[in-house]
Amino acid sequence: MWMAILVTGIGCYLLKLTGLSVPDRVLDRPVIRRVADLMPVALLGALVAVEAFSTGQNLTADARLLGVGAGVVALLLRAPFLVVVVVAAATTAVVRLLI
Amino acid sequence: MLERHTDAARPPSRPVPSSGSEHGLRYGPPVRRTRLRLPTPSTPARRQLLVDSLGVGIATGAYGVSFGAIATTSGLTVAQSCALSVLVFTGASQFALIGVVASGGAPMSGAATALMLGTRNTLYGLKLASLLGLRGVRRLAGAHLVIDESTAMSLKAEDPRDAPLGFFATGAAVFVLWNLATLIGALAGDAMGDTSAYGLDAAVPAAFLALLWPRLDHARARVTAVAAALLALTLVSFTRPGVPIIAAAGVAVLAAVTSGGRGHDPAGEPDDPMRGGG
Repeated sequence: MWMAILVTGIGCYLLKLTGLSVPDRVLDRPVIRRVADLMPVALLGALVAVEAFSTGQNLTADARLLGVGAGVVALLLRAPFLVVVVVAAATTAVVRLLI
Repeated sequence: MLERHTDAARPPSRPVPSSGSEHGLRYGPPVRRTRLRLPTPSTPARRQLLVDSLGVGIATGAYGVSFGAIATTSGLTVAQSCALSVLVFTGASQFALIGVVASGGAPMSGAATALMLGTRNTLYGLKLASLLGLRGVRRLAGAHLVIDESTAMSLKAEDPRDAPLGFFATGAAVFVLWNLATLIGALAGDAMGDTSAYGLDAAVPAAFLALLWPRLDHARARVTAVAAALLALTLVSFTRPGVPIIAAAGVAVLAAVTSGGRGHDPAGEPDDPMRGGG
């Protein structure tokens, strides 16, 4: 287990450092710039979906969805980050308490 | 207000060149300097950025408690749980590693999954490289802080010159609180019982969504996000954990390549950091 932790730690650090160390001219191309611009959008979109709709390798629909839905309402009301997160967690907790 | 008054009392020295030379040492366009206000015009924005960074740190810390608790209930020791948060320091990869171990996978296959998930930090780094302009020791130290939250917060800075502040403030806040929370969660693990009773598992997608939200300001981004989400959900049941997220990177590449010919880049791309630096 310790070996896996070390490998993951070193590997993840090198992955991060590689991104920061890529020469500037690589970024000078419009396509690369658009890729870099859309990358967080795609990855965050996928993370939202996977964290909200799945448990392990199963697709699920549970109280989390109501929590995330409440978070969307908070976002539409221009609530700050922390409020969005707290609203989502509290909604989910209350729904679980009631059901 | 006071300064404007004294300035008005003064004979007509024109404010534009004087303020320009006053801030001549600071690089960047003197656009906002013509309004005679605080000496550092971006102070409220910077303060807001620090507050937001701390907010992200606290929210992520709550998530860290659940990580620590899940790690120890997955069979890791407290020391191993904390080592993961210190050394790996990228939440999704850490969750992937303990997820594989908890479901009976070999630790090294958990590590492989975690590394696949960690490749997105390379892509974040690619985006951050020119925005932050880190060199030497700052780059070596900063590299460890390249995570979802610090990337999103440095991109969120309205003034590109505030991007390093957003990056390091968020990175440091998350690092401290994430590790503290991991320790608390790991120790409390069993005592706390089911962390889902507190809705922490819903806080995770909500946090990612709140980070994503401001990026959805043009149609191309919205289409990309929805397509990536659908692809990830399609893949989730028959691929290893982490693969759906990596596959979503393909959606970004596809969207970037196919939208090139249409020639209607979103007006001025106000959030395009490479342009902003000039």
